[in-house]
Amino acid sequence: MGKGFDGARAADVVAELRETFRSGRTRSLQWRAAQLKAIARMIDENEADITAALYNDLAKPPTESILHEIALAKEACLFALKKLKRWMKPRKVSTSITTFPSSAKIVPEPFGVVLVISAWNFPFLLSIDPVIGAIAAGNTVVLKPSEVATATSSFIAKNLPHYVDNSCIRVVEGSIPEASALLEQKWDKIFYTGSARVGRIVMAAAVKHLTPLVLELGGKCPVLVDSNVDIKVAAKRIVVGKWGCNSGQACIAPDYIITTKAFAPKLVDALKITLEKFYGKDPLGSADLSRIVNSSHFTRLKNLLDEDKVSGTIVHGGQQDEKHLKIAPTLLLDVPSDASIMKEEIFGPLLPIITVDDLEHSFDVINSKPKPLAAYLFTKDHKLEKKFVKTVSAGGMLINDAILQFTNPHLPFGGVGESGMGSYHGRFSFDAFSHKKAVLSRCFLGEIPMRYPPYTPLKQKVLRGLIAGNVLPLLHALVVWPAHKKV
Amino acid sequence: MTPCRVPIPLLAFPSRGELVPEPLGVVLIFASWNFPIGVSLEPLIGAIAAGNAIVLKPSELAPASSNFLANSVSKYLDSMLVKVVPGGPDVGQMLLDQKWDKIFFTGSSRVARTVMAAAAKHLTPVAVELGGKSPAIFDSLGSPRDRKVAVERIVGAKWVSCAGQACIGVDYVLVEEQFAPVLIDQLKATLEKFYPGLDCLSRIINEQHFQRLTNLIKDPSVAATIIHGGSLDSETLFIEPTILLDPPLDADIMNEEIFGPLLPIITLKKIEDSIEFIRARPKPLVIYAFTKDEKLKSRITAETSSGSLTFNDTMVQFACDELPFGGVGGSGFGQYHGKFSFDLFSHTKPVLRRSFLLDFTFRYPPWDAWKLPFMRSVYHFDYLALLLRVLGLKRR
Repeated sequence: MGKGFDGARAADVVAELRETFRSGRTRSLQWRAAQLKAIARMIDENEADITAALYNDLAKPPTESILHEIALAKEACLFALKKLKRWMKPRKVSTSITTFPSSAKIVPEPFGVVLVISAWNFPFLLSIDPVIGAIAAGNTVVLKPSEVATATSSFIAKNLPHYVDNSCIRVVEGSIPEASALLEQKWDKIFYTGSARVGRIVMAAAVKHLTPLVLELGGKCPVLVDSNVDIKVAAKRIVVGKWGCNSGQACIAPDYIITTKAFAPKLVDALKITLEKFYGKDPLGSADLSRIVNSSHFTRLKNLLDEDKVSGTIVHGGQQDEKHLKIAPTLLLDVPSDASIMKEEIFGPLLPIITVDDLEHSFDVINSKPKPLAAYLFTKDHKLEKKFVKTVSAGGMLINDAILQFTNPHLPFGGVGESGMGSYHGRFSFDAFSHKKAVLSRCFLGEIPMRYPPYTPLKQKVLRGLIAGNVLPLLHALVVWPAHKKV
Repeated sequence: MTPCRVPIPLLAFPSRGELVPEPLGVVLIFASWNFPIGVSLEPLIGAIAAGNAIVLKPSELAPASSNFLANSVSKYLDSMLVKVVPGGPDVGQMLLDQKWDKIFFTGSSRVARTVMAAAAKHLTPVAVELGGKSPAIFDSLGSPRDRKVAVERIVGAKWVSCAGQACIGVDYVLVEEQFAPVLIDQLKATLEKFYPGLDCLSRIINEQHFQRLTNLIKDPSVAATIIHGGSLDSETLFIEPTILLDPPLDADIMNEEIFGPLLPIITLKKIEDSIEFIRARPKPLVIYAFTKDEKLKSRITAETSSGSLTFNDTMVQFACDELPFGGVGGSGFGQYHGKFSFDLFSHTKPVLRRSFLLDFTFRYPPWDAWKLPFMRSVYHFDYLALLLRVLGLKRR
């Protein structure tokens, strides 16, 4: 797939999947569980190849590949397998006097044929994780991995078909032409992970068929650091959250730090010490740092650093190796707010630190920018923490750590505002790919004749009471009315 | 509004996780003309409950209701935060040019596309409550009393609901051909009982829709199937309750949402065929099914898809606040009513709190080989293995 995959071919794929969906093949628990088990097996049997592909695409250290992609994807399978029966079960809900007697339930059902478009930074996880949700919910699915991570895309396209049911799950490789051909089709849901720019294009394409979407985008995730923290632990957590996560090329990586003027020197020192401890004196030579994904992103990051007002604010790092697409962990102090590095999502190993007099005043600054995917606060001050949670809006928040919220299947993962819409992980993945159908059952007892014309004031009175949930009007309707009216 | 705690694995101890609902910000609500007060206030209530600031644009096709809302809302609510902006499509477009934190739209698919396209520019999430052809499956019910109640409920969902101009009204009925005569007789009897004159029947909203409905039954092949009613008064915009028997399936009346007082009855060889009939068409906002056959009920539930599904009654699901209300596929997306309204207009923000105690060295670089087995134990929540490793009693 890839060469000659045009609109007609995309239409064929969708038609085939729609036919399979109509046949009911994906509905049973057995089918869904079998696919999830197969994906888990694929991960187990190919760990070395997946790691190699990720290394090829990003020079991703094998440990990170396992921690952030392989193990998480496998856990997502196992979690879904464990909970699937419960998730699929209709949920009874209570009914009121207004519809007495009746019973009601909410029945989850798959949307149908869904499209998952993945990103390049965690190319394995961000492909497999949403697909797990789509399958768990009983849909057929087309996955388009990111063409920027070619080795991983290739791995998935070659291997996934050997494990899962190809009549229901397909992989389409390619770039803009193939993605456009896919986006022209009628989908029952589209799940996109990537940039806000392309997110707009995906949403505009979804308009034609009024397709609902999940958009997992990004933003500038701020990290506020108070002066009362355990600075060694805080520094380690910030560093691993930033550089230990694909060298800052992560949607939830700390983008910039805000701290007090008084505390900044201590924080900068702690970060420098930690960086050296983790990556040695020559970080460009460290095997524990991913490279920048390609030369276009390398140039983008280089330009952020080379901007006049920025280059003088580098307090650590800044070294670059263009041949190997590596940039050393770089700290910048008090970058002007109108510099590009403070306006765009950095998505790289550069960490600006902004200083303020009072940490609390920075909440307004954060709120004046587009809502980020994550916001972090390091503090022991409970009052500050409470105010932060109450005042600042972000996709998710983490106090005294970084990125971990991603690994918890009980927390919905997704953005708000410019950082996205919809969420997933764990049960939220199942919900993202399900329609919750309301089912109300009544019988022929308990007829309320005052619902019908000809209308009279008395009928209206009884109906008002009924809708308000009062018992007396119900009794009147069921007992008194039939007794003295010819029904 | 209370945050809700979520379980955190023991591994992350000490940690606390919760889901904190927060308002999205400034939201825009477009209301439709058929239940102009209800469809304005219901989403407004949800948006307010969730803590947002709101602009409500009522439909210009219902000007009296629109004016009522414009005058009353400012009198009773905080006009700094809840505003009503009446007007037509031009006003709607000006509003759409702004950046909103959520847009809630009730109306037709055509206009919904305009709304969603405008929302895409700002990545604004939308909820669209549309319509569709909501069928009523009419099985043989045995008892004449049950049949009478069932038909009254169908009439209630067709003509009593704004003369059929309701998104959850019955659009058409599916019945086994052998029972069609019984159904038709009962429908006629019920119509006579409910509408001795036409004064309890809503009129058509405007000339444009009147013309649209007239066109639906103008075609001779469709007109020939009218078995009751059919008269139209273009002066008063009233259309008599009209029943058609087996109009051509390729006619507009069987492909567009009727949204008016015309009721096609489609006959089938057996009632189970209704499932395939419905599946072959766009997903409706609601499916109604009148049956006592539990097997048929299970099949309908499992094999059809719709926003809602109601057995043995019509319209009342709208009043159940514990049930989500909204469409799927062609009938829309996003659900509201009750808590679902609150959730629709909220961002549910996960907040994870950690402490500085208990920091595992193996989660940090350098990525020495010995760290990986520890991390694997962590991921598998294999506390025993982790403990053994920490104590040095377990290697690979």
